[in-house]
Amino acid sequence: MKRIFFDHASTTPLDRKVLEAMLPYFIEYFGNPASLLLEEGSVPHQAVDNAREKVASFIGAEKDEIIFTSSATESNNLAVKGLALANKGRGKRILFSDIEHYSIIHQADFLMRMGFEIEYVKVDKSGLVDIDDLKRKATSGTILASIMHANFEIGTIQPIDEITSLLKKHGILLHSDGAASCGRIPVNVKELDVDTMTVSPHQFYGPKGIAALYIKKGTQLTSLIQGGHQEMGYRAGTENVPAIVGFGEAVRIAADEMENRMKYLTGLSRKLWDGLAASIEYMHFTGHPVRRLPGHVSFWIEFVEGESLLLWLNLNGIASSSGSACSSNILAIDETGLKASHVLTAIGVPPEICHGSITFSLGKDNTMEEVEHALSVMPDIVKRLRDMSPLYEQFKKTKGGN
Amino acid sequence: MPQGPYSDKVMDHFMHPRNMGEIEDADGVGEVGNPACGDVMKLYLKIENEQIVDAKFKTFGCGAAIASSSMTTELIKGKTIDEAIKLSNEAVAEALGGLPPAKQHCSVLAEEALRAALDDYKKKKKG
Repeated sequence: MKRIFFDHASTTPLDRKVLEAMLPYFIEYFGNPASLLLEEGSVPHQAVDNAREKVASFIGAEKDEIIFTSSATESNNLAVKGLALANKGRGKRILFSDIEHYSIIHQADFLMRMGFEIEYVKVDKSGLVDIDDLKRKATSGTILASIMHANFEIGTIQPIDEITSLLKKHGILLHSDGAASCGRIPVNVKELDVDTMTVSPHQFYGPKGIAALYIKKGTQLTSLIQGGHQEMGYRAGTENVPAIVGFGEAVRIAADEMENRMKYLTGLSRKLWDGLAASIEYMHFTGHPVRRLPGHVSFWIEFVEGESLLLWLNLNGIASSSGSACSSNILAIDETGLKASHVLTAIGVPPEICHGSITFSLGKDNTMEEVEHALSVMPDIVKRLRDMSPLYEQFKKTKGGN
Repeated sequence: MPQGPYSDKVMDHFMHPRNMGEIEDADGVGEVGNPACGDVMKLYLKIENEQIVDAKFKTFGCGAAIASSSMTTELIKGKTIDEAIKLSNEAVAEALGGLPPAKQHCSVLAEEALRAALDDYKKKKKG
């Protein structure tokens, strides 16, 4: 069966043009970019430099404001820990939005052991940061806030410029995780006025194992990996040259195709959204209806458990993701890994319902036929699972009694 | 297709659940779990002369929960209630070809549903 990949929030397939750009840098130009005096080092050095330039201009930054890291997770760790440690003299309070990625919120324990205090900022039902709550918590002694640009699970895009203008008044730095937004929607770090931002190319047909952190010029940030002088001293370690080259190529293509991709994906997701709404009862879409990632459709369905829904979609050839407790961490060593999604809990979805959530995240190679196939199989899957559900049985009886 | 975290047996019971449904005039009904944990299991037993002659289930839950419920009904049908009460969650998991560590609680839930249904039967009999 031909697979239908509706899980681009987890990762995207590598663009063949990106692979071709990378290939010469594995064997032919294998040299270490630090070996500047050698012929072997100069080509890789130039390639890294070019890629840095492309990534910088893609998000409206300067070349020397871009640091390459190994992953979005590393970028998020470098930003939050690096800014916190460098600014410890100004205060010890850090704000996280309630819907940050694990690579932000799971830093909390470590930061608290280092003497920092973490405060969480609420979001409203659509997933937008509650500006009043942010105002209340943006007190003196707060040095840093981490508020993601777009959320993978519910698709909501934050008004980062509005948030930064509020934070600046109190001298609070802002890190924004742009892993879900950069490459999908236009991003300009100067307009958003962020101090640091994460960019992750495997989210837009680039390679895994590489990411970037934008660090605004003049920002104090402590490095976490010490060693050689690579990445302007912010991040030691020999550069992953082929991946960096691939990153540059992915950015070049994304910049060229951004407008068309956005238009195309918005058309596909509109069809999917409307079709689901018309064919399935007791279904609720999550995230913001307008301020959302193109191609992103997320929802929960009453009386249907998310993992079972995901498994049935998979059996029908469709790859999706679920915020369901049961599927989010199936390889955990015990059931403590199985918690309802913190993102859905934060937007006020009751925990028993969080188990029924699904995210369809579409990509540039998906087609209208694939959307139609998904729409044709969904009602039967939902019916099958509801017929099996004691909760639905009870609901029907109560409803019948009314 | 490459092997996922679930055994073939679990996937078989998930895709083709045995004894799914309700028994209208059940002699014992057990409902355990709660929606907040993600699993609710309801087990119906038909008992004649202290022997389980029919068993059916309805489950809201993940693949492991559905497979555990289905397997439990298979394992207890035809057993006397004294035999059935001895069914452990380990036996359910083993019959399914094992469950991922994080999913062991689904087999525990199946054992609890069985105990609840047998308790309900005993209570009804006394009443």
